[in-house]
Amino acid sequence: MTESVTEAAIPLLELRNLGCERDERLLFSGLDVQLFPGDVVQIGGPNGAGKTTLLRALAGISTDFHGQIRYAGQALPEAAWEFAGDSLYLGHLPGIKKALTPAENLEWYKAQSGAAISIGDALAAVGLYGYEDTPCYQLSAGQLRRVALARLHLSCARIWILDEPFTAIDKLGVSQLEALIAQQSAKGGVVILTSHQDLSLPQLRMVNLQDYQSARDKTKIGLGSLSDGDAYHA
Amino acid sequence: MRDNSPAASLLGGFIASFRRDLLIAARHKAELTNPLVFFLIAVTLIPLGVSPEKTVLALLAPGIVWVMALLATLLSLDGLFRSDYDDGSLEQMLISPQSLYFTVMAKVLVHWLVSGLPVTLLAPVLGLMLSLPIEGYLPLLASLALGTASMSLIGAVGAALTVSLRKGGLLLSLIVMPLYIPVLIFGASAVQTAVQGGAIGMQLAVLGAFLALAIVLAPIAALGALRISTNG
Repeated sequence: MTESVTEAAIPLLELRNLGCERDERLLFSGLDVQLFPGDVVQIGGPNGAGKTTLLRALAGISTDFHGQIRYAGQALPEAAWEFAGDSLYLGHLPGIKKALTPAENLEWYKAQSGAAISIGDALAAVGLYGYEDTPCYQLSAGQLRRVALARLHLSCARIWILDEPFTAIDKLGVSQLEALIAQQSAKGGVVILTSHQDLSLPQLRMVNLQDYQSARDKTKIGLGSLSDGDAYHA
Repeated sequence: MRDNSPAASLLGGFIASFRRDLLIAARHKAELTNPLVFFLIAVTLIPLGVSPEKTVLALLAPGIVWVMALLATLLSLDGLFRSDYDDGSLEQMLISPQSLYFTVMAKVLVHWLVSGLPVTLLAPVLGLMLSLPIEGYLPLLASLALGTASMSLIGAVGAALTVSLRKGGLLLSLIVMPLYIPVLIFGASAVQTAVQGGAIGMQLAVLGAFLALAIVLAPIAALGALRISTNG
């Protein structure tokens, strides 16, 4: 009992005073978020607010940020190896080779995750039963996305970082993915996602990046009111 | 948490990457034959353009075969990480819980198997076309085998540095060319010396040393460069 209490006290993933810059423009700063097992966080904000930049920083692809990302109580550069084994990132680009079949693509991902479920089952779970051996260049955009989403079934990672996971998939696919996210949360995982869709998950928390912009950039991105425009001319 | 041992996952990652890249290479047969066709055409043109005289060709043969092999390798470099960058596999590779050294090594090994090795095996045939003296064939094979492997490794660093540039082809050549020059000098010299009846142990040893150094350092440099390229 005491063990679970101490475990719960340390967030699985923690962002401390995080800020990202792009092309010498501060996207957001002072972002503090704590993610405990079971949390689902949706990162919001208008286009260009830095959602993808934030997720890329979280996934460990980009190191262009100030502040700290802590995984299970350790700062990230030190715990990068453990974090890599415990996190899964799905970006805008699906990371799927068009020359290969879905099964061949997933083979490579399965070699890293060591999941127990078979590739055929994972593909069936995303509605691609019978497409195992169809080359990916023959699949539609939505089906290609589903191949990438099959990785969620193949993974044992506790932290999911999903950048616009709902693009190009149909309504049924959206509800299936929502159910999968809820299941991950129930298993004690953490899901961070960006989406412009409204999700119907009870445990969902919203973090709006607009709240963490500096005042000057707010006027720039929001394209301001008239008075803001006047201030710029002055 | 996963409980597979680190050593098993290292080897497993290497094998998975190696198999995947080999499969992709096999599906892109047209790209595979490009460097070979270039190598064949360029060497075939030399007797037509320079002189069909046997003595002249025999004199030029070691240098020509080596220069053309170098250019053929250079031609095939640009695609080494390009498609991975374009479809997002590169990001996934960089954040995967595997030793990146082995992942890069697997890619380079596949690159060599589909470009350097065929060029090496084709070289004796082209040597025959350029009337290369009989003593030159074995040294040509040995020096090209060692040299093309070094060139694939060194080229990977250049390809990694330029992968995020839309038109990085020229820059890639400029980065890689100076590093290829020592390989070319010792490689061509090995064949030349063998034709003149000298011992080639020194040249082959230096080529071997280049290769050993490249195996240790080039993948590390390449993965550093890949991190920079994907950071933006």
